[in-house]
Amino acid sequence: MCVVVVVLSMLVFGWLRSLPGGPVSAMLGERQTPERRAALEAALGLDQPLPVQYAKFMERAVHGNFGVSTKVLPGEDALDVFLSRLPATIELSFLAMLLAIALGIPLGYIAARRQGSYVDTGAVIFSLVGVAVPVFFTAFLLKYSFAVEWNLLPVSGRQSTGVDATRVTGMFVLDGILTREWDASWDALKHLILPSVALATIPFAVIFRITRASVLDVLDEDYVRTAEAKGLTSRVIRGRHVLRNAMLPVTTTIGLQVGGLLAGAVLTESVFSFRGVGDALATAFREKDYPVLQVLILAAAVIYVLVNLLVDIAYAVIDPRIRTR
Amino acid sequence: MSLRRNPATLTAAVLAAATLASCADSQRDDGDGDGGGGSDDGTFIFGAAGAPEMFDPFYATDGETFRVTRQMFEGLVGIKPGTAEVVPELATEWTPNDDGTEWTFTLRDDVTFHDGEAFNAEAVCYNFDRMFDQNEAGQTAGEYWGYVMGAFSNDAENSLYQGCEAAGEFEAVISISGPTSGFPTMLSLESLSMQSPKALEEGDANGIAAEGEGFSFPAYADAPVGTGPFTFGEYDEANGTITLARNDDYWGDAAQTSELVFRVIPDESTRRQELEAGSINGYDLPNPVDWAGLESDGNSVEVRDPFNILYLGLNPEANPALKDLNVRKALYHALNRDQLVSTQLPEGAAVATQFMPDTVSGYNTTIEPYAYDPDEAKRLLAEAGAEDLELTFAYPTEVSRPYMPDPEKIYEALRTDLEAVGITVNVKTASWNGGYLDNVTAGKYDAYILGWTGDYDSPFNFIGTFFGNLKENDFGTEAYPWGKTLADDLRAADAVVDDAERGAAFETLNQQIMDEYLPGLPISHSPPALVVGPGVDGVVPSPLTAEEFDTVTVGGE
Repeated sequence: MCVVVVVLSMLVFGWLRSLPGGPVSAMLGERQTPERRAALEAALGLDQPLPVQYAKFMERAVHGNFGVSTKVLPGEDALDVFLSRLPATIELSFLAMLLAIALGIPLGYIAARRQGSYVDTGAVIFSLVGVAVPVFFTAFLLKYSFAVEWNLLPVSGRQSTGVDATRVTGMFVLDGILTREWDASWDALKHLILPSVALATIPFAVIFRITRASVLDVLDEDYVRTAEAKGLTSRVIRGRHVLRNAMLPVTTTIGLQVGGLLAGAVLTESVFSFRGVGDALATAFREKDYPVLQVLILAAAVIYVLVNLLVDIAYAVIDPRIRTR
Repeated sequence: MSLRRNPATLTAAVLAAATLASCADSQRDDGDGDGGGGSDDGTFIFGAAGAPEMFDPFYATDGETFRVTRQMFEGLVGIKPGTAEVVPELATEWTPNDDGTEWTFTLRDDVTFHDGEAFNAEAVCYNFDRMFDQNEAGQTAGEYWGYVMGAFSNDAENSLYQGCEAAGEFEAVISISGPTSGFPTMLSLESLSMQSPKALEEGDANGIAAEGEGFSFPAYADAPVGTGPFTFGEYDEANGTITLARNDDYWGDAAQTSELVFRVIPDESTRRQELEAGSINGYDLPNPVDWAGLESDGNSVEVRDPFNILYLGLNPEANPALKDLNVRKALYHALNRDQLVSTQLPEGAAVATQFMPDTVSGYNTTIEPYAYDPDEAKRLLAEAGAEDLELTFAYPTEVSRPYMPDPEKIYEALRTDLEAVGITVNVKTASWNGGYLDNVTAGKYDAYILGWTGDYDSPFNFIGTFFGNLKENDFGTEAYPWGKTLADDLRAADAVVDDAERGAAFETLNQQIMDEYLPGLPISHSPPALVVGPGVDGVVPSPLTAEEFDTVTVGGE
């Protein structure tokens, strides 16, 4: 993993600095002159050769100092910016994946068992729409309908103004539960519903389709026919033979989807002004906040690798054959 | 019940909670509830486009930070609401000596800072010396001081500010190196506000440091102490809200609402939706195409007087054909600016006749706008031998500014006009922070659209910024034979002590710039707006986009 992070850090560092513009432009705006640009670049060390800048960055990074934010939260340690935004994105992603899994696996299974039925056709079309429609459009549609037109849910943000809430973990719903501030928890949950539904659409569609295809494959296996011939109850066949075997590719898919949630979170959080990692990433990119961008991209990579590691472990739990290999 | 970041704000926060809850509910229910009843209560919630950078205005440079700090801090001089006119604020009067280098400020004697410290001449001098005496990082981050004063204590001889002396408890004398139209008007800048010396000291306010590619700010930047009608409550970064509480010991009229909340909502359409849902009471810069719809929904669109300029910049160093005055005049005659203003800019926008709006002193009312005359444009191009003129003409993307709500549409209108007189336009574009401004500064475009919003009422803040620095300006005036003369004349006019004489000097210069020099083409002045929901009163739109919210009432109180 260390190799992955170091190589990626070089790529990200070089890539960011190869983009036109930069933090100095964002800081000075219309007020910039060559003289002011030069002074600011010198003060921030941006006038030095790229390898020197990178060496200084790495020297600080190994001591846990990734630099301070220039625009997202000026003056704040970039790692702290990431850590302060992470709970919001964990909360959002957790609910989105919960929705995607809770709907995707059962629907996929039912669709496979009733292949060709109206339920199957309807679910397939629904999942196709989920994959095809861009997340930001789904988010706009949901917001316009449920928040603006019908006024059922909040338009944006994480908590209503005026709700007095104690912050413990930074995950507002959980914080409300831990401190028994039920109003605050309910208010935070209402703010989570639309963004999490929007974020869940693609993972749901993918999980549904993989589950359906996997169950169809397993249903064709000899051991299922043998189980049926042995007279096992359908519950045993379903649980022990079909679902368990069908879950292997689904688990991999879930892992990949969790890793890819950040991409969707950038759009979803921006549309809903939901102050998570995705929103910080969008702001940092727009304002060329290099330190924050570097930390966020590297952290996303680490999370992706870790999630895949967890998927491998989950594989072993689901399929004991893997442990013995 | 709640443990906030700052224990000092606990009481205010608890008191506020009940207020907010009732207010938020009532707004959501019917949009015109009583919001808590009378001027003793109520919360004004404003949708901000971005988060404040920090809360020490001295190091701040962006409008979203100033919007918040403006409610907590005051300067020696202020701005009359709804105008750009300078009026007394913490100083009741000021008098210059004969040569305009020593200014005696008589201070109010009934002002205390939010932490209970007395406001007096010593506090004033402490503030100025603090701003003047910055370390290397502070000199770079304290951009506004550098911009208006020219230098810091390590380069004192090049600084406009020369010193401050407490001549009495409530009399401060500020020395400057020479007279300028910007002084004392520049003291109305947010960055030059008065802050509590005790809090500055305790919070190590000057302890800024360059760290990596940014600046780390001292503790004071999170705990500001001023004299204004609101005091700092808390910044809930996780939820994107900044809460200010009414200063009950304010020397002037107390704020009408007990709380002022800024909610960070970067997306403009989301801000509008939040206003429609009643969860905010107002927001800035509504899209001009939404103005009518917002009004018809019962909201009030408050249009500011324009205090900006949109211009078409020209760079003779990038394209030598532009050195010919006839070519530049031809370009100007080719532009149908009346049509542009009526079709692409909001109601209230005006065609520019010079590089400053009519609200700035030194504006010349006798200058006639260049007429839209394509035939004259063609004739002038032919006379200059530039019938085959080719221009690299650029516009920025991913940005909306008060003077150009939609750069692409403005650009398209201008490009069409230029092509209509036979000019070949090579379209260039880049994102605002992704190279556009860099390229303009580096002189990579022959022509470009850009603009400026004034900081305060000073002609030099407009045309001095554009052409006063011969070596460094986006118009490349150094390439013209008159470039140095213009820069010298501008500085000379700025140094005239008498207001009337100085105004006349700038009027003459404006005439010369438009008739003889024409270094760029002033296009228009656009009125930015802000919008407030039903039941909100007391918002006074400021040409400087410097609204103070202490007069605002919510829910028809």
